[in-house]
Amino acid sequence: MAGKTVRRRRITRDQWTAAAFLAPSLILIAVFVYGFISWTGYVSFSNWNTLTPDFSFAGLSNYLYLFSDFRFQADLRNTLFFTLFFIGMVIVLGMGTAILLDQKLKGESIFRNIFLFPMALSFVVTGVVWQWLLNPSTGFNQFLGVFGIQPRWYTDTNILAGFQWGAIEFGLPVAILAVVIAAVWQMTGFSLAMYLAGLRGIPEELREAARVDGASEGQVYRRVVIPMLMPITVSVVIIMAHISLKIFDLVYAMTGSGANFVTDVPGVYMFETTFRGNYYAQGAAIAIIMLVLVAVFIVPYLWYNRKGENR
Amino acid sequence: MKKGMLWIGLLGLIMMMAACGAENSGTESGGEEEQETGETGESGGSQEASGGNGSEADLEIFSWWTGAGEEAGLNALIDLFQEEHPDITVENAAVAGGAGTNAKAVLATRMQGNDPPSTFQVHAGEELNQSWVAADKMEPLNDFYEEEGLMDKFPGELIDMVSQDGNIYSVPVNIHRGNVIFYNMSVFEENGLEPPSTFEEFMEVADELQAAGVTPLALGDKEAWTATQIFENILLGTLGPEDYQALWDGEIAFDDERVVEAAETFKQMLGYVNEDHASRNWQDSAQLVSEGEAAMINMGDWAKGYFSNDLEMEVNEDFGYFAFPETEGNFMVISDTFGLPSGVENEDQVKQFLALLGSVEGQDTFNPLKGSIPARVDADESNYDEYGTDTIEDFREASLAPSLAHGSAASEGYLTKANQAVNIFVTQGDTERLLQSLESARSQE
Repeated sequence: MAGKTVRRRRITRDQWTAAAFLAPSLILIAVFVYGFISWTGYVSFSNWNTLTPDFSFAGLSNYLYLFSDFRFQADLRNTLFFTLFFIGMVIVLGMGTAILLDQKLKGESIFRNIFLFPMALSFVVTGVVWQWLLNPSTGFNQFLGVFGIQPRWYTDTNILAGFQWGAIEFGLPVAILAVVIAAVWQMTGFSLAMYLAGLRGIPEELREAARVDGASEGQVYRRVVIPMLMPITVSVVIIMAHISLKIFDLVYAMTGSGANFVTDVPGVYMFETTFRGNYYAQGAAIAIIMLVLVAVFIVPYLWYNRKGENR
Repeated sequence: MKKGMLWIGLLGLIMMMAACGAENSGTESGGEEEQETGETGESGGSQEASGGNGSEADLEIFSWWTGAGEEAGLNALIDLFQEEHPDITVENAAVAGGAGTNAKAVLATRMQGNDPPSTFQVHAGEELNQSWVAADKMEPLNDFYEEEGLMDKFPGELIDMVSQDGNIYSVPVNIHRGNVIFYNMSVFEENGLEPPSTFEEFMEVADELQAAGVTPLALGDKEAWTATQIFENILLGTLGPEDYQALWDGEIAFDDERVVEAAETFKQMLGYVNEDHASRNWQDSAQLVSEGEAAMINMGDWAKGYFSNDLEMEVNEDFGYFAFPETEGNFMVISDTFGLPSGVENEDQVKQFLALLGSVEGQDTFNPLKGSIPARVDADESNYDEYGTDTIEDFREASLAPSLAHGSAASEGYLTKANQAVNIFVTQGDTERLLQSLESARSQE
């Protein structure tokens, strides 16, 4: 700012205006976001597990119960595999289609829109549609029956490579892959759009230079383009991770908890235990654990961004 | 230009947030105010409420009756009430979705904020007693029962279910039966089968059906209560009504050998269900029966309305019904009731509405539309169809048992845990684990 050294102490009109504009939102966020997060944290350490509020201190008992609970252990397992497969496929498919669309083909904008459209739907709609598409007795299986394949999709209770760990069988729940398919179908368009923007930001000269140096087309992508898309990939991972860790609507509409909780996620458990079972403190504990899980992804990202800004 | 747009956008966002915030803080402070008046005086709250609602206190009827028949029934009741009391404004505050789960969540928030609806739908039994009565949020209705002469109009067992420590807390409107098996009559006929009345016969019938390539028992346990419902009926059949009640009262443990036997029967029965049960809800599984792919389904008798109205099947022609094996003469009762929450300022109006709900006229208006039977024993049978009159007779004579799956036998918290245990059991078939979970959920309360 100009005149920084001279009028350092005086607050300009501009700054007053800015503060006036910011204050309401800051106050509201302080109360309705951070205030309520603290409140949830407080409840999670209480004994409020009936309809009658009971704020006596329960220590870690709600958390200890959850980590020994079959359903919650299953939820963590499902979330882990859902997140891995969901993010992996969204990145691969998003980047792949973006690179294909970037080949200056005709009608590119039509394809782009087609791929983007699923994003306009709500997860609930996606859930209902895919519930029927991947229902073992309707949908795709009618067609796959011709080839004699009848996957059981989200009703499959098998755990691949499973071994007993804690109360549950740890391994890849086959049923969660059906949910992954629906989620990927919806969110790939988003990563496609991001990658496409990223690709447009890479100057053609760089690729030319690589080609002049004798790089094959594959090497151009592997060594030049994909590394330059790294910031995009980081953003996609963060955005998808916070969707997948908090996912509720898609699972609730599509599969519910699933037999043996093979498609259950913490969000669904939280909703049911709080509002159906009236275990408010346990529900709050689940909410806090979900917050911590998301923070594990978001905080390093914010850190990384801040460092980038300072540079 | 760009910067200008940004500012306008930001301003819009702030205003939106401010609006939301104002709304929130408004209801919040309203709730607090009401709490204060509720503590200090009796009639101080009306001013605040009239300010909030913009009119005189409405009679707000809270339920989750939003499905076709039940909504029609509720509206007919409200119309009837308006005819008699044109001066009272009635507000139908039904909340849709999740078989009542959403409504219960809204209700819990309102009750805890001391902003109760004038009256609300609640299942008879522990859903009422262990939650709202235990939280001291309900007014006893003993005097009301005396005034209206209702004491001998409901079965004593039913009044017990809506009472705690000698106080009656709600008025039952309707009765659904949970221990019914509906079956596809032509499938039974083709295979020359008779409705089974014991577990042994059931298994025989099921074996024959399976051999004929028909799924014996349709199940849609996308929501686990449908499986819990089967289990509670087996428990009722195995233990009999007295010991069934004793089980929920904690007098019989879950390692009792008859309970173990019931769990084994449950496991055996689950061997006869459709493979894709986890992807279906109860309506989807009822469709299997109507299509003839499956032969039987255990479902509360709201399924009758679904069969006859939605699937266009004729009762006793296309589909038949019989009591769940070994529960003949027993009645797994699911009853919707309405009570009087503490701290409502239009108590008299609420009582007028409850009087209508408890009257023969009210019950005979509502129940034929909803497809349930009246809770009163002196209702007019001619208003009901064949299934209804049959069930009314059974209801008068049978011993009543509270349903676990519908929140009457145990608290909502216990039911949630029980549903989880059953969900795991359906896949794993580990009876010991099931009974252990059910027992430990009890000690958690």
